[in-house]
Parts: sequence; structure tokens; C-alpha cells
Amino acid sequence: MDLSTTYLGLKLAHPLMPGASPMVDNLDTVRRLEDAGAAAIVMHSLFEEQITREEQGADRFVHGLEGAHAEAQSYFPDASIFALGPDAYLEQLRRIREAVRVPVIASLNGATQGGWLRYAQLMESAGAHALELNLYTLATSPSESAEAVEARLVGIVAAVRKSVRLPLAVKLSPFFSALPHFARRLEEAGADGLVLFNRFYQPDIDVEDLDVKRSLRLSTPSELLLRLRWLAILSGHVKGSLAVTGGVHDALDAVKAIMAGAHAVQMVSSLLLHGPTHLRVVKDQLERWLDEHEYLSVKQMRGSMDLERCPDPLAYERANYVAILQGWRP
Amino acid sequence: MPTRRKVTVDGNEAVASIAYRASEVIAIYPITPASSMGELADEWAAQRQPNAWGVVPDVVEMQSEGGAAGAVHGALQAGALTTTFTASQGLLLMIPNLYKIAGELTAFCLHVAARTIATHALSIFGDHSDVMACRQVGFAMLASGSVQEAHDLALIAHASTLASRVPFLHFFDGFRTSHEVAKIEHLDDDDVRALIDPDLVAAHRARAMTPDHPVLRGSAENPDTFFQAREAANRFYLACPSIVQGMMKRFAARTGRSYRLFDYHGHPEAERVLVLAGSGAEVAHETIDWMIARGEKVGVVKVRLFRPFDVDAFLDAMPRSVRAIAVLDRTKEPGSVGEPLYLDVVTALREAEDAGRSKLVARPRVVGGRYGLSSKEFDPAMVQSVFDELCGATPKNHFTVGIVDDVTHTSLPWDRSLDIEPADVVRAVFFGIGSDGTVGSNKNSIKIIGEETPGYAQGYFVYDSKKAGAITISHLRFGPHPIRSSYLVKRASFVACHDPGLLDRQDVLRHAADGATFLLNAPWLPDKVWGELPREVQQAIVEKHIKVFVVDGYGVAAATGMGRHIGTIMQACFFAISGVLPREDAIFQIKKAIEKTYGKRGADVVKRNYEAVDRALGALTEIVVPGTVTAARGRLPTVSPAAPDHVKQLSAVMLEGLGDYLPVSAFPVDGTWPLGTTQWEKRNLALEIPVWDPAICIQCNKCTLICPHAAIRAKVYDHAHLENAPKGFLSTDYKAAEFKGDAYSLQVAPEDCTGCGLCVAFCPAKDKQNPRHKAIDMGSQRERLETERPNYAFFLGLPDPDRRRVHLDVKGSQFLLPLFEYSSACPGCGETPYIKLLTQLVGDRLLIANATGCSSIYGGNLPTTPYATDHAGRGPAWSNSLFEDNAEFGLGFRLAVDSHERRARSLVTVLASDVGDDLVTGLLAESSTGEADIVAQRERVAALKEKLARSARPEARELALVADYLVKKSVWIVGGDGWAYDIGYGGLDHVLASNRNVHILVLDTEVYSNTGGQQSKATPLGAAAKFAAAGKQTAKKDLGLLAMTYGTAYVARVAMGARDAQTLKAFQEAESYPGPSLIIAYSHCIAHGYDMVHGANQQKLAVESGVWPLYRFDPRRMALGEPPLQLDSGPRKGSVRDYMMNEARFRMVEKKDPRRFAELLALAEETTKQRMSIYEQLAGLKVAAAVGRAPTPGNQG
Repeated sequence: MDLSTTYLGLKLAHPLMPGASPMVDNLDTVRRLEDAGAAAIVMHSLFEEQITREEQGADRFVHGLEGAHAEAQSYFPDASIFALGPDAYLEQLRRIREAVRVPVIASLNGATQGGWLRYAQLMESAGAHALELNLYTLATSPSESAEAVEARLVGIVAAVRKSVRLPLAVKLSPFFSALPHFARRLEEAGADGLVLFNRFYQPDIDVEDLDVKRSLRLSTPSELLLRLRWLAILSGHVKGSLAVTGGVHDALDAVKAIMAGAHAVQMVSSLLLHGPTHLRVVKDQLERWLDEHEYLSVKQMRGSMDLERCPDPLAYERANYVAILQGWRP
Repeated sequence: MPTRRKVTVDGNEAVASIAYRASEVIAIYPITPASSMGELADEWAAQRQPNAWGVVPDVVEMQSEGGAAGAVHGALQAGALTTTFTASQGLLLMIPNLYKIAGELTAFCLHVAARTIATHALSIFGDHSDVMACRQVGFAMLASGSVQEAHDLALIAHASTLASRVPFLHFFDGFRTSHEVAKIEHLDDDDVRALIDPDLVAAHRARAMTPDHPVLRGSAENPDTFFQAREAANRFYLACPSIVQGMMKRFAARTGRSYRLFDYHGHPEAERVLVLAGSGAEVAHETIDWMIARGEKVGVVKVRLFRPFDVDAFLDAMPRSVRAIAVLDRTKEPGSVGEPLYLDVVTALREAEDAGRSKLVARPRVVGGRYGLSSKEFDPAMVQSVFDELCGATPKNHFTVGIVDDVTHTSLPWDRSLDIEPADVVRAVFFGIGSDGTVGSNKNSIKIIGEETPGYAQGYFVYDSKKAGAITISHLRFGPHPIRSSYLVKRASFVACHDPGLLDRQDVLRHAADGATFLLNAPWLPDKVWGELPREVQQAIVEKHIKVFVVDGYGVAAATGMGRHIGTIMQACFFAISGVLPREDAIFQIKKAIEKTYGKRGADVVKRNYEAVDRALGALTEIVVPGTVTAARGRLPTVSPAAPDHVKQLSAVMLEGLGDYLPVSAFPVDGTWPLGTTQWEKRNLALEIPVWDPAICIQCNKCTLICPHAAIRAKVYDHAHLENAPKGFLSTDYKAAEFKGDAYSLQVAPEDCTGCGLCVAFCPAKDKQNPRHKAIDMGSQRERLETERPNYAFFLGLPDPDRRRVHLDVKGSQFLLPLFEYSSACPGCGETPYIKLLTQLVGDRLLIANATGCSSIYGGNLPTTPYATDHAGRGPAWSNSLFEDNAEFGLGFRLAVDSHERRARSLVTVLASDVGDDLVTGLLAESSTGEADIVAQRERVAALKEKLARSARPEARELALVADYLVKKSVWIVGGDGWAYDIGYGGLDHVLASNRNVHILVLDTEVYSNTGGQQSKATPLGAAAKFAAAGKQTAKKDLGLLAMTYGTAYVARVAMGARDAQTLKAFQEAESYPGPSLIIAYSHCIAHGYDMVHGANQQKLAVESGVWPLYRFDPRRMALGEPPLQLDSGPRKGSVRDYMMNEARFRMVEKKDPRRFAELLALAEETTKQRMSIYEQLAGLKVAAAVGRAPTPGNQG
């Protein structure tokens, strides 16, 4: 059975890989993921806010106290020993590169043009095989139009493209009015692939303290449906790669994603729930499913159910919505 | 002669650089102003930098200087090349070991940044009183007078000690040299190796204690032998001076810099000569050149090797023509014939004369004088004044110079206007606010000039002692030649004022020369600037023909995301208009320096600084100065007209930066000061202050509890008092039962608030419709000042509630008057809320023994102090003895108070017939420390005193003196973790074991906060601190658990931000406990590396994660059959990680080495679980009370 796929120009043994998550913090887990057959390792994101806020925080609360008092010229050991910024991330990237044979995809998360973009270059120098640029943004300002948001994000992709030669994937949220058009613009700006979709941290409300609590809930397979639809829609339009992330829990989920057009299938919640070995379980199940259904390869299956090829394209479009609503009864 | 690189460093770095490279073992302990030498050594070792022989020295922090001296002694005995650094009290603690090290003829070099010894007051500043207290220990003593000399003589000392076997104490002036930044020629490793003879190192090792060829040292001797054996070392001391001189010659041959044991500089036929050591000799040197050029025959003998004092070398240095000598000592020895150097000089001359060895033409007149105590300025005018005095037929002996002594008339007058500095030196003075980046950017400017141009630069920084809003004054010089002027700039061609508020607080143009340039940071439009300046400032500008430039530094900083950090902005403006460097060149160099300094701090930081430079230059404007003064107002008064005389006459003068002008007669003779002076100093530090919304407020008073500065207060009072309330004064009905029907007000002290925001963060009352709005929100201070100032004055005038009626829960405690207010602690300080609470609970009958540290500085550093009195004039009696002895010091208070009480009780019995039975019974009855009992007893004492006044019996007079002790006094011993866990632990442990009624409050910041963040044994596992740069790898010492083992001490661990009610309960229980009690209080601190507004929240996380369990251990519970330990914090909820990740002290470790951090974190989780498990088990343990427990001696009548 030929499970191989090509994602961002990288030849992979199969489409399954862990998505961006804290699992890669532990080198042992990374090795276990490789042992479980991960086709590639996607690192967790280095956040723009993490970089700039940490720099600003250190500047204010570590260095800002220097030279203020006669008795204390500073309050911390020489800060040059503690270079802030992406060093720890890059070090972990190097370690993972040394520890595994599969491609390593670094991840950078941000939504503004700024100094943090140069870390893409540092990731390239540290040995990343590809870069996943996570355009994590929420439009909260009434003064910024949809066009402006898109232009800002396209600008970031272009800036990163200019600074690195690495294959570049762009991870998106589903909240764009004209995703196919935007996807094309991203490709024109230099994206080699798209990752669908980012899962936002969804804040909860503490009704006792009247406060907002940050929370992160693991994905469920129901979240896959949104992704399937957009994979199917984009599959015929984009020239580069597509990856799915969010909601893939078993082999059947993976089959659906591939049929909808995914070159790569990223899993996080199911691996967090069941451990790294779950990846092998899914891979084995996938292989068995293909075998049982007499597919010869993953390539044969890829995109078979996208908007262009599926028997009922209307189902991906508005009709789907209408049909379900009409069929739903309390 | 090899070319050596030039470096721009301060004196401490210059010395540490040599000491580190010449040593294998370095034992350290922090003390100002020597701390940074140890810190640098620790950092270099952490970076694996080798010494001159390729070995990384082992740097170890000890629990005290006494401990460091012991470790040094041991390392020396075992044959290691060893060094240490210290000053002042630290040096005194080393003295016993210094005798031993010398007695054993051990090659060793100790470096001292010479500092004042505490007498009537502590002083962190420089003089020779510490080193002069060591002149008898048997060490050679070598003095340096400048940064270059300190670098050079450090090496000469390390080399000479190996050659002579006499240990060396190398000293240089604290702050003046230790903290002066100067351009020097750097001695490289080849120089170190060239001077330190490997054979002598081998000989040192050969004397080591080793079982391979064992010897015994440290024996005990008897009267038959000790004396002779002591004299056996004489020849080493006799040989030492010539060895040092030989080493100086070798050094000169390598470097071209020549030193002698006594260096003479001056006219070859000088008739008047000064003798002195240290940086003052450099001032004399410069002044003498100026005087010689004016035809005067004067000179100076600079003392390098003070011990062993080589009489012949001294005489050789002295010009034959000398007729009058003034010996200047930077120390004071009350009761002595004269100070030490003076006595030595007199003796040397007399001995030479007696032996017929004197080559002097005439017998010179010799006088001695004191100068420069506690870094008192010593400048050319004072040198000239001493020389002038020597012209007279009978020059004053035992004089002082630099002060006005109008009591015993020792002082010499001097010409304050004298300026001898060459015209080619650019002199600049910068007034800044601590943490605004002024000092850092000035150091940067010195580096730019020093390292990027052939020119020379010097920087010296003057600080006040405030933790919040300190004023810094930077004195910078730039010139084409090495700069010898080790005194403050007097006539500056450039003056910068980095905060417009300073224009009212100080005369910032007092240093400005005629035609100077003045740079002002102010938010005013250029055409409005002149009109905003106070009259005095305008006048100085007009009279001195000053050019004025203005830049909105805060505006630029805000626009570039730099907060209030204006250092780079003002630096760019300085270079743009001072002419020190061509403008374009200067801007290029600043940007280069930014990349170098901030490069590692991140691209964003560099970008913002670049932008700040560009914007600053764009915003810099010269203003048109009218020819006349037009100001409508003068500078605001420094203190209120309502302030008492002593505040107006002393504190106000000090606050204006003019304390140097106060004469001796202005001062108390014994360091005793009245309380409550911070109230007169309105510092207006806050940009934003809390704004109260009575409609939302639930009247919990948590805001006032957590406020570090007693700057937000609550009161309940009768509505009738509102009759004359100012318009806008807020009041509402009080909601609780105990003062039903009364009014309630929450009021901010607008000029005393530091704007930390802790109160708002801690406030639990949110608007249900808009939870972002709380009962208090932060709002502009400027907009509210005019309203809130009279409001606060009115609030203070409202009567305080009757203490007997106040229910002592958290809310009630905050209706009690705080007797600790507006201290100079940092904004958001985690320590001061505990002290404030203590004064609210028992302040009117409180004695505080305060260990040296942050709490002694914000608690007792002049000009103004925060401990205050109540309306009856009662308040905390506060004193600081030392760092190491505080528990013992406080125990002494208790012993004395108990003694007075015993005497009073006994006299009451003796005088029973005069006093009357009822009163006697009442006075002698056992009573509680409840407010009602205290008030009743005070009334009885008042009645007693009335009766005593009518009695003629001598016992009555005696009883009148001690009668107040019949009202219970509360003795609290307060200090930080450096004291409690480390240097003072022995005493603390002893006091806990004493069973006496003393209470100990440990303000645990988990680090030596005052000296700048060195680790203590309270530092938690995984935290980065100085001396634990890679993260502390051992767990925090469990002081509470250790104290519990006695079973007789009350012990509590509290965190006000996490559980305020438990904190209050612990204070009340400790106070009521009739034996020793210990409260360990979590105190968030700027040394933890986060915004202090989150302090209370971090306390919560610490408690929830189990890192900081809350408990109370009360031995009284044993008798009730209950477990003495109550665990108050409940089961763990959060993770240690969640707590640690919010603080830079932990995050730094992760940044440096994530793997190590992960290991430390895992260990911290484990240790936390382990400790919690121990506490949980202990909390279930019932212990039978010891039968026949000894009564508390202090309470026996």
C-alpha cells in the first residue's frame, strides 16, 4: 500500500503527523512520536506576543531596575547570561532535528509586522525543514476593515517569504469572508500551503469573580466537519499543499480529510488523550481501511470528495446548511 | 612595553578583575559598596571564565562576612589562592579571622571598598573607619586613590602577599572609587602571571594542610611561650615594605606606571605638605598642581602602604624643606589624641628625630584633621583651605574640613566658589529619577567616549536613599587627558533635568557655570516652557546666561513604548547639543551602543530605542530666553508651612539637597530623632491614584490593608462631622453593625500614593453592570490633586474610632490608625503592609528592633522617616542595631522592659499605702492585651502618677519614671530573610529558645533585596538570583519547621495577598502568646521580576500551589488536646509551574537552560508535595503538653 504524500514539497511516508502542540517540549515524547510513525514533527508555535512581551517585560522589570539605587545597581544576575527571545525554542528545534530523522516543521505565530519576523530566519538557520506561519488574529477593532486585515496578513507572509527559502505553510482561522480569494492572495505572496484551521483559545466566564478565564478544550471529531467543507472548497483552487488540523481523532477522520483534499493530516487532541502511540494506531487503521476499500494509494484518494469531484457539490455549499437546519428537530 | 586595551569600568570591576584572575577560591557575602565585586566574580565563574592560570575559581556565597572569613581562612590553610571582598560592618565581622590569618603568616589579599562604620547612624557611604579598625590585625594595608590605581595596586597586593607572607588588605574609597566609572588601561593575564611568581605560589601550596605531610596549626600556647612566638614573625613585617616597593618597581617596568610606598607629588622645595591616603590624595594632587602654577610651595605625600608603616620610606618621600604638615584622616576616633595616620606621622617624625635620622631642614609643625566622613565631599577648595591654615603660626590642630562645626569649632573655612578645573574638560550634571534610565544611559555615554574615542571620561553617581522615586545626580567629565578630579562637578557646562517635577524639589542649576547649556525634559510646548519655570530657575538662567533646550522625553518614551524610561532619549539630546562629539558621529555611536547594550534584550527593544533616538532629536527644541525674570511663582515649598520647626530646619534642607550646609549644632548629639516626618514630604510620585466609587464599594477595607504606603485609608465617624467637609469629599453610610448609623469614607492620600495599583488589583468589588469598573479604579493624579488634597486633609482631621469598639477582623483592623506611613519603600512593596498592620494593632505600645536591610532603610533613613505617633503622642519606638544581631537586640529590649515592669510592680507594692488598695489591686492584676484592658490600665497609671506627684517619698519619684511599664509593651523583632535565615539565624534561633515574650516578623522576599538580589537560604529552588545565576538548586530553608521543633514558640506562615484573615489572626495570636513567636510573611518584591501590581495574585498562586503553605503552630493548643499545628491553606490547587512562570527570577533560568529548568521545576513540584505531606501529617498530630512547663520569666512580677 502506498501511503506516501508530498506536503510543502517534503516527501512523507504518509500524511499523519502531530500538529503544533506542547508535546514537542519533551524530547522523549518527540522520539516516541517518531517511533509511533509520525511522518513529520510540527513544533509548537513561538508566539509573537511571547517574544515581544517577554522582551518588554524583561526590559521593564529586569533591566529597568538597573542604576536606580546606591546599594543595588541591579536586582538580577547579569542579564546577558539570560538572553531572552527565541533561544530556548531554537535550541529545542536543534535538539529535535538531532533526535529524529523525519522532517521538522517549525511554527511561528503572530499577526503584526515586527521584529519578531526575523525569527523565521533563525528557525531556518537552526535547521527547520519547513515553517508553519500561524496567522492568529481576531478582528476586534471596528476601524480595521476586512480588506485591511487581509492586507496585513498577506504582508506578513510576503515578509517571511522574502526572508527565508524554507517551504512555508500558512495556518489560518476559518473566519474569512472570501477564503478562496484570500487563499490565492496568500499563495501569490509566497505561501506553499495552507493549514486548516487554527483552534482559538476560547475564553470562559467566571460568573462568581466576574472575570474571564482562559481555557483550552481538546477538539472533538465534530470540529472536523467545518474543515472538511473548506478543504473540499479550496482543494481545487490552491496550487500548494493543504493540511488539516482540528478534529481528526481516528483513521476514518483522516480518510475524510484526505478525500476532501488534505495532503497532510495533523493530530493533537487525540494524541494528548491517548498518547503518542495513538498515531501508529491511526496509521495502521488507515492502511487497513485503504486496503479493505481497495485503494492503491493515498494519492488516489486525495481530493476525491472535493468540491470539483464530489457527486453533490451543493452539499458543501449553502444547501448543506439549509438541509441540516430543516432536518433538525428538538 | 606591550600595548594594553583601554576599558571603561568602575573601581569594583577594576579590582574584581584582578582578584578573580589571581585566585582559585573566592568566598563572598554581599555588602554595600563591595557587593558588585562578589557579583562579578560569581557571574564570571558562571560563565566559566578562567583565572590567569586557566582554572575557573570556585565562588561560594556564605551566610555572613564572618562565615566568608572562616571559609577563606580554611581555603588558605588548605593551600588555595584565595580572596574575598567586603566593607564596613562586614570587615569588622572578619576581624577575628584576620588576626588568625596574619598570625599564621598566610599569603592572602582582601579587597575593601572602604565604608563608614555605623555609629549614631548607619551609612552606606565611604570613609576609612572600617579599614582603620583593622590596622592592628597584622595585615599589610595598601591604599588606592583612583580606579586605575585600584586595578594596579590590587595586582601588586596579590603579588606582594605571596612574596612577603604578610596578608594584604587592599582598600579604596567606597563609592568615590568603587563606583566611579573611568577609562583605565587593562592589565591582561600576562601581567598577572608576570607579577605573581609561580615559585611563591608553589611555596604557598607547600604550606598547605594535608595528610600527606601533616602539620598542626592553631595550637594553644601558655604564658611561657606565646609572647616569644608572637615576636617570631617580626622579620616578615620588617621585610614587607621593601618587597612591596620591589613589586612596584617590577610593575612600573612592565606598565610604565610607577608607585612608591609613599608617593610625593608637589614642589621640590615644598614648605607645606599634606599627608593622606585614598581618593582625597588625588584631589590634593590636582589642587597642588594648580597652586604651584600660582607660585606656592606645596606638596602631598600619598600614603600607599599604610601598614607596615615604613618610617624611612615616609621620611624619604617628605621634602627636606617642609615646615608644616597636615595629616588628613578619613575617620574619627573619639577620645584619641588624634586619628591613626596623624599619630603615625607624628611618631615617625619623632622617632626619626630622636634617632638622628631626620633629614628635614627644620622641625615641622604637624597638625591632624578629619575630612570626608561618609563620602562627605572633599574638593580642591578644602585642600586649599588646609594649606592656608598651614600658613599661620599656629595652625589649628585636630581640625575638620568640609563641614561647619559651630559647636566645638574644629572646622576650617573654605571657599565654596573655587573652581580649578581645566577648561578643556567638559563637565555635565544630570538630575534623574531612579529607574528612569538616566544612570544607565550616562554610563553608556562614558563607555562611548572612553572606548570609541581617544578621550577620557569619568562618571560618578549620587543617589538618595529612597526606594521609590529616588533622585539620582550623575556627574560626568569628558576630556583629552586622564581625569584626576575625584570630587563632584561644581561648575558644569551642561546641566540636564530629566524630570520637570525636580525643578520644584531642588535647585538644579546650582551646578551650572556661566554660559552653560540646560536640557529639560518637560511636556510643555516650547513657547510655554519659560512660563512654567519657577522664578528661581528663570533667575539662574538669566543671570548665568544659560541656553535652554527642551524635549518632551516622557512623550517620546510613551510614543515608542518605553514607558517612563527616558535614558536613551535624553542621552541622544545630550550628545546633540553638548558638543562632546560631532552630532552625527555621536548618534551613530549611540545606536551602536544600543545594539551592543540591548541587542540581547531583543529586536523589539533595539527597534524602540532606535526610534526613541530619532524622535528625541526631532522633538528637541531650543527655547528663547527673555532677558528678564517673568515667573509669577517661586519654587513650591519643600515642606508644608504647618511642619514643625525641626522638619523645616533640618529635613527640608536635606530634601533640597543642601544637607551639606547644615552645621554641627543643627544635629542631635546621639542620633535620636522625632517620629513622623514623612508626612511633611509630599513627593507626588503617582501618575494615577485610586478613585473611589462608594456605590460599588462593599467596605471590606482590603485596599487599605494591602496599601504599602498607608496612602489609602478608611474611617467610620459620626455624620455630624461632615458639616464642614470640602466640596467633593465622598462619604456613605457605614454598612456593618458595630458602628451602625455612622458614616464611612475611603480616602486616598493623593500626594503620598505611589500609584502602584495594588489596592485596585486587590479590590474584590466589581460593578455588576460593568465588571471592569471596581469600587476603586486608577485615575489621573494631576486631574484630581486639587480636589483630593483638601479632602485628605479633612479626612485626617476626622476623629478616629474608639479602638475599644473596633471589631478586630480585616475590616476593623483598617479603622485603626496606621503608625507607619508614606515610607520610601518601592511602589507595590510586599513588606510594608505587614509593618503597617503591626503598627495599627499595637503601635501605641510597640518597640521595634529592626535588622539592617530594606526595612531599616525605608524605616529609618533620613531625611524623613515613616514611623509616626498617634494623637496621644504614642507610637513605635524604633531602632536598628546591626544586620547580624537583631534578634538579640530585640531580646535586650524585652529584658529591659521586663526589668522596668518588675521594678514598677515592686514599687507599687512598696507604696501601696500611698497609692490605695483598689488602685494597687487593679495595677497589679494580670490583664490581657485587649484594647479595653490597655485603656483601663492606662487610666490607672494616670491616676497613679497623680498620686505619686503628691508623695514626697523617693520611691514615688522612681515609680513615676517606670509607671508606664505597667501597661504592657510589645516587642517586635523585624527583618528580612537575609537576616533571619542567614546572618542572624544563630541569634534568632537562640531567642526562639529563650522562652521570652518577643515576637519576630520575618519579611521574606526570598532574596537579599536591599543589596540587589543576592540569594539567601530563603531563595526558593529554581529561582535565579545573584550568586545563584543558574537557578538555586537547593530547596528553601524551612525556617518555620525548624522553629516548631522547640515546641515552645508560636510559629505562623502568612501571605496577606492570599489570605488576609489568616494573616491578621496570626498577628493577633503571636501578640497574645506569652513566649517567643515567629511570623514568616511572604513579601513580593521587585527582585522577583514582575509588575508589583500582581503581587497579591502571585501570593495566591504561591499558596494554592503549595509553595507557600499557610499555617499557625500554637503550643497553647497542646494543653487543649488539639494538634498545635493548623494548616490554613488547604489542599494544593494550582501547579508550581503556574506560579513560577509569572516571575522573571524563574523564567530566566528557563531561558538560559530549559532542560535544567525542567529538572528544577520537577524537583520543586516534588519538594512542595513532600513538604505539604509533612505539614499535613503534623497537622493531625496531637501532642501532650509538657507537664510543668517553665513559666515565662519575663512576665513574673
